Amino acid sequence: MNKTFRFIKARDNIMRGIFLFCAVFSIFALGCICVFLFANGVPFIGKIGLGNFFSTTWNLNNESYGILSMIVASLYVTALATTIGVAIGLCTAISLYKFCPKKIVPPIRQMINLLSGIPSVLYGLFGMVIIVPFLRDSVSPNGIGYGILAASLVLSIMVLPTIVSVSLDSLNAVPKNYYEGALALGTTKAQSVFMVMLPAAKNGIFAAIVLSIGRAIGETMAVIMVIGGSPLMPKGFFQSVRTLTANIAMGATELRGDAATALVATGLVLFFFTLLLNISFTLLKGGFSFERKRAQKTNA
Amino acid sequence: MKESAHRRQMLKYQVMKLLTQGALLLSLAALITVIVFILVRGLPYVNLQLLFGEYSSKNPTIKPALIGTLYLVLISIVIAAPLGIGSAIFLTEYTNNKRRLIHIIRIAVETLAGIPSIVYGIFGYLVFVIALGFKYSLIGGGITLAVMILPVIVRSTEESLLAVPRSLREGSLALGSSKVRTIFSVVLPCAASGIVTSLILAIGRVISESAVLILTIGMVVNKMPKDFASPGTSLALDVYYFGSHGYPEQAAATGVVLLVLVVSINIMATIIGKIYGKGELADG
Amino acid sequence: MDKKFNITVRNCDLYYSEFHALKNINIEIEEHEVTAMIGPSGCGKSTFIKSLNRMNDLIEDCRISGEIKIGDQNIYDKNTDINLLRKNVGMVFQKPNPFPMSVYDNVAFAPRTFGTKKKNELDKIVERSLKQAGLWGEVRDRLYTNAMGLSGGQQQRLCIARALAADPQILLMDEPTSALDPISTGKIEDLMSMLKADYTIVIVTHNMQQATRISDKTAFFLLGEIIEYNKTDELFANPQDKRTENYITGRFG
Repeated sequence: MNKTFRFIKARDNIMRGIFLFCAVFSIFALGCICVFLFANGVPFIGKIGLGNFFSTTWNLNNESYGILSMIVASLYVTALATTIGVAIGLCTAISLYKFCPKKIVPPIRQMINLLSGIPSVLYGLFGMVIIVPFLRDSVSPNGIGYGILAASLVLSIMVLPTIVSVSLDSLNAVPKNYYEGALALGTTKAQSVFMVMLPAAKNGIFAAIVLSIGRAIGETMAVIMVIGGSPLMPKGFFQSVRTLTANIAMGATELRGDAATALVATGLVLFFFTLLLNISFTLLKGGFSFERKRAQKTNA
Repeated sequence: MKESAHRRQMLKYQVMKLLTQGALLLSLAALITVIVFILVRGLPYVNLQLLFGEYSSKNPTIKPALIGTLYLVLISIVIAAPLGIGSAIFLTEYTNNKRRLIHIIRIAVETLAGIPSIVYGIFGYLVFVIALGFKYSLIGGGITLAVMILPVIVRSTEESLLAVPRSLREGSLALGSSKVRTIFSVVLPCAASGIVTSLILAIGRVISESAVLILTIGMVVNKMPKDFASPGTSLALDVYYFGSHGYPEQAAATGVVLLVLVVSINIMATIIGKIYGKGELADG
Repeated sequence: MDKKFNITVRNCDLYYSEFHALKNINIEIEEHEVTAMIGPSGCGKSTFIKSLNRMNDLIEDCRISGEIKIGDQNIYDKNTDINLLRKNVGMVFQKPNPFPMSVYDNVAFAPRTFGTKKKNELDKIVERSLKQAGLWGEVRDRLYTNAMGLSGGQQQRLCIARALAADPQILLMDEPTSALDPISTGKIEDLMSMLKADYTIVIVTHNMQQATRISDKTAFFLLGEIIEYNKTDELFANPQDKRTENYITGRFG
């Protein structure tokens, strides 16, 4: 008997160590990512100088590695895509929440969940073959379809499923008695939804927005297929430009030496942006759980 | 006076309703168009020659990509599944007096989940292609993908472990079972369907991913990979390659294959979640 | 075995972080008797029996001081093997918690834990334990079906059989019948009076009639203290403390 119990205890300790190792691996991986990016990116930026790195000229022939125009393009594309995506996605969620026949909601939800798994490269292909020619032939004033508008449209379709399902979830999480309470005061259904339920779900909706910003700024494949790719300062919707992600992917297979390290530095900037987003997301979620706790307290 | 106010309210209500329903239709139309477009453009070109034929620049095929994708799925799941399930177990079952460490691990997992795939690509490039000298290889890409899907597996496994009622753990411990036996004989079997679902979804992520691979496996579309160490391509990468190198039909056809694969994986995950999620442990 | 399995508790205090859940508990629980713990909700009776097999260890910020001895071993000693302790001190919970596996696997769970692998030995243990729990006749021809399909009362008796299969000396029961119908309750009460020949039984109950029906001794808990502990007949017929009297005559709780 004693031997059995010693064995059990030893096995417990070993397995505990193994589980601990698995859990700590995430910290290790994150550390590695940071170390490799910084160790390669920071010395490079130091060598060429901040002035060069944050200039608007990217010309490998005279060692100009300015990524400012790409930062601007990334921000434009992200802002536009998120605006379109959130506007349509949020309205879609509201419609699914209160303004459409109950029967069609589950199948639509199911479908939207499936769509959120579609590979981004397929959105890119769609953009390349449908959206870009369409913009070129019927919208663009200068005969160019590539550019910020095309990329934003593709991305806004791509982030739609995320926005719809996250905001619908947070609307559904609002206690039903808020809605009934508002109706009992004599407000209309629309007023109740827009003035009571939406504000109550605002943290979840913010989370959806932050998530879609993260996807839009980090998306590569869907963007490089429709953005054109010239390292120029964006001056309009229809002009071949390059985002941070496109810069990395386009140079990846061809560049060597300093030029390749410039891509790492570009990645570092992108990493920095997503860290900022992550931190704000964590803070938002903190606020969210705080608010829920408060709601529970007042309920009790 | 009152009546007109009421009428105004009703009008507002109708406008809101129409507006949101319009948005719903627009979203659905946009998403369905994407699917229909790929099917219409691609289906006519899906044939055995494309799937399994030998590659030539006149008749490009996706046979190398199918093999490459299979390799990538194998490598990444074999690495990420044990790590992910192990960390989820640690995060849910070993919480006593370890709040600080667990908090830090959670932050690391959340941060990993938020990193764009192209940044993982750079990481994989720096580590495997450059530092370890693997050159472009499926194994480098697979390991990078494993790190990328790790947070997905951790989070969803954690959710299914948390759904196992506490009373079952107590029941097992009260019989004198050790923690490890409780985990392996009671907790994991109860959470099995959820964990399998999460692994299937992770496979879906691997198949969909391309930005990581463009930097790590070399996009060699025309050669069959010999082993784990050789460079290669994947289905998603082929879509990009064909699309941007003047093979629009093949791009769309590969897109169809990819779409069917990903959608059936998602449906499979949903079905497993439904069948096994229902009867089991509604109330422990 | 001539080892003693009486329980001796001396100066026992228990805290959940700041909350003082058990206050200076002193009690002797005899072998081969049924001892009942009664008292209003939240008075610490469940906490108390959970400290007898150290299930409170699972709760964060739970501190315990004083001495709890089974026979002459202090169970909070550093070198107490917690798995062996819980094998010896079985527990049945308020809500039946069979594992979602077959009836057979449920009962064989503990013997397998402790290294019994042979099929015929396991068969014997399973049959004996199910017979002891009075469930054998009802489940003998569906041993390999999922235990979640049994009725609530059957599930609870299965949990008793599962605990007995570990070959314990003491059986802790935390309101084992509170989720059951009267007929199942009756079956489990009958079972307890049979089992006390072989086991020491400690039961928490909300139901005072149940305490009088089945127990030899009764302890009355109030706000984390034992107010009164006596032979069950005495305690109900002739309570020494005013608060006990108020409780058993139904004036509060």
